[in-house]
Amino acid sequence: MIAQLSAKITAECPECAGALALNGNTLKGEIVTCSDCGAELEITGINPLTLDLAPQEEEDWGE
Amino acid sequence: MKIGLIYSRVRFEEKQIIEALQRRDLAHDLIDDREIVFNLTPQYDGAPEKYHGVKFTRPEKFQQYDVVLDRAMEFTRGLYALQILNSWGIKTVNRADVVATCGDKLLTTAALSKHNVPSPRTEIAFTPEAALAAIEAMGYPVVLKPIIGSWGRLVSKVNDREAAEALLEHKATLGHFLHEIFYLQEYIKKPGRDIRIIMLGAEIVSAIYRSSDHWVTNTARGASSTPCPVDRALEKIARDAANAVGGGFLAIDVIEDETRGYLINEINPTPEFRGSETATGADIPNKIIDYLIQAAK
Repeated sequence: MIAQLSAKITAECPECAGALALNGNTLKGEIVTCSDCGAELEITGINPLTLDLAPQEEEDWGE
Repeated sequence: MKIGLIYSRVRFEEKQIIEALQRRDLAHDLIDDREIVFNLTPQYDGAPEKYHGVKFTRPEKFQQYDVVLDRAMEFTRGLYALQILNSWGIKTVNRADVVATCGDKLLTTAALSKHNVPSPRTEIAFTPEAALAAIEAMGYPVVLKPIIGSWGRLVSKVNDREAAEALLEHKATLGHFLHEIFYLQEYIKKPGRDIRIIMLGAEIVSAIYRSSDHWVTNTARGASSTPCPVDRALEKIARDAANAVGGGFLAIDVIEDETRGYLINEINPTPEFRGSETATGADIPNKIIDYLIQAAK
């Protein structure tokens, strides 16, 4: 099973230090956007909650 | 029944699938493709199960899955993972050979042509000089596409010889070696839209129009989605196209030509379906799971 947040939680954006509100159903591996600076962030861990800048798009990314 | 799901990012689609698996109480593991190290030589058993947070994956570890769903975002990463899993006898959606064909526009067009499925006129050249000659012979405008790539990236409409010369020189000089496989296609004057069909095996799960003022009508490029009625001709070409590439969970992109009718533009082997689900209300995640259960048998 994948790690999942159980309640609403606030985190700090690693790019601008702005406050980020995350829903209770957020999953590890999800991408969220910081509403302050617009950075795309990846949820890299749930317990404890960790965020990192999302990977940049590669040439063979897609569907 | 246990399902493995290989993923890179939890996008809208992966989240929907995961939530549907949880609702149906189906055993599953989520496998981050960045954490995999496949052991291709299992006769050597020195690798630990986990080292510095990275999981080493021996064949027997994947044998617990009745089927593995590939949702890797990088085509090459997903393809190699599937090739390894299939070589170990593990069932996957999609099969590696289907992904290899659909992930490469040249191979897709070749498969469609072999099975007499209508698609736009397409020519391949290996040098800028040969490509320019083919473009001139085809007549402007011509569409130049990378053989591997999604979301309309680097798809170019070439309107005249000067643009063709500049583009071909740039591709040959600056691009990856795959950019020197020149995939040239006639420009189809489509009616401001194309059609995306999601298929699971022989079933058409959804069909939408993707409309845009831009000639590239990918949803990733801002096209809007509305439901598309499926007539017999559309149903037939979608099924024929799916069969031509080996079938599976596919997104089939169709364009409408004034005189020839429906033409297959491309086929995506790891479909995104947010626009399709929103526009049609189809329960695509649950249908994917139904398909996985069938594929596991």
